[in-house]
Amino acid sequence: MFKDTEHLVRLAVVMAIALALFAALRTALVPRSFGQYGHYRGAAIAETAARPIAFAGHDVCEGCHTDVVDQKKQGRHVVVPCEACHGALAKHADDPATVKPPKLDTAVLCARCHEANSAKPKGFPQVVTADHSGGVACNTCHQPHRPKIEDSPAKPATEARK
Amino acid sequence: MDFTRRRLLLLLPAAAVAWKFVLAGTPEASPNYKLSEHWWSMLIDIPKCIGCGSCVRACAQENDVPEGFYRTWVERYHVADWKIERPEVESPDGGKQGFPPSESDGKNFFVPKLCNQCADSPCTQVCPVGATFVTPDGVVLVDKTYCLGCRYCVQACPYGCRFINPKTQTAEKCSLCYHRITKGLTTACCEVCPTGARQLADLKNPQDPIHAFLKTHTVQVLKPHMATQAKVFYNGMDGSVR
Repeated sequence: MFKDTEHLVRLAVVMAIALALFAALRTALVPRSFGQYGHYRGAAIAETAARPIAFAGHDVCEGCHTDVVDQKKQGRHVVVPCEACHGALAKHADDPATVKPPKLDTAVLCARCHEANSAKPKGFPQVVTADHSGGVACNTCHQPHRPKIEDSPAKPATEARK
Repeated sequence: MDFTRRRLLLLLPAAAVAWKFVLAGTPEASPNYKLSEHWWSMLIDIPKCIGCGSCVRACAQENDVPEGFYRTWVERYHVADWKIERPEVESPDGGKQGFPPSESDGKNFFVPKLCNQCADSPCTQVCPVGATFVTPDGVVLVDKTYCLGCRYCVQACPYGCRFINPKTQTAEKCSLCYHRITKGLTTACCEVCPTGARQLADLKNPQDPIHAFLKTHTVQVLKPHMATQAKVFYNGMDGSVR
């Protein structure tokens, strides 16, 4: 035994305290879920999943608007989901009485899909809106839920066409 | 009121219990959802895409994507005659408001892009703090409370799918609408796609229509040579698509 063992004891105590401090800090600072699934905070998955939704989904719309479902079934727009045109309406679905869907401008909306463009698939119905309607709103003639004119009994359609 | 030693000792266990709840994070949102039962992907049918931009608008609305940034976007390819190796690609405002008239020569088509949800993703490999990761159900997510905004992942993504949110200064990307798919809904972009060009698919679900589709179609992923194990499958993709 050499004479200055006291130095070693002190050093050991200091190191023990440092280690204990490190362990305590690590437990306190590293989130508990870190490493649950991998090198990341596992709780982040549930946090991301907890975000509220904006689009209700067409199943929810169809639960109430059965008349529109019947109309859509008779035309090619049967495949177009409600919120593709009407926009995000989860708030309306939660509270239909106070949150009303906005009015839509068919001149803008229909053209987004149906304005002629050579990059669109060949079989897709396209028109050059300026030549086709000359700026008249599409729903003057077409009923958007059932767009083909022959079999559409839309109210002002026949008058506007002359 | 004196802050005595007795008081401090009484307070410590209470503080410990409170801290435990802080660390536990928010409670599980969808109790019936099992991470191990899903393996999410997406199918994109290029010949069905009409370039209407509904997906881009819906994504921005669903996920509060800042103006000028895109979690998904639509590109228009113009491959002039004799120039398959040099396609002209444009995406004005991410295709959010549709596209101006296309060239009449060569071939023109639209390609929707989004995070490819790579199973072996370069972006998660470079993150120095574990702020981005592949979930057990196959979605690449960003933990914005952990992200430092160092931009390594933005550079690492071979598909250009990531950006730094100017408000939070953290990395952001398509989350495959994780908050929707875990509730049994489809993603916002798939929900609004009027032609069904985008379809969410669960590769672990034997009932998913993607299995029948993959049997009868020739699909491809973007940049297969990067070996990222991308899970966004493109049907009818032209060789000029990058």
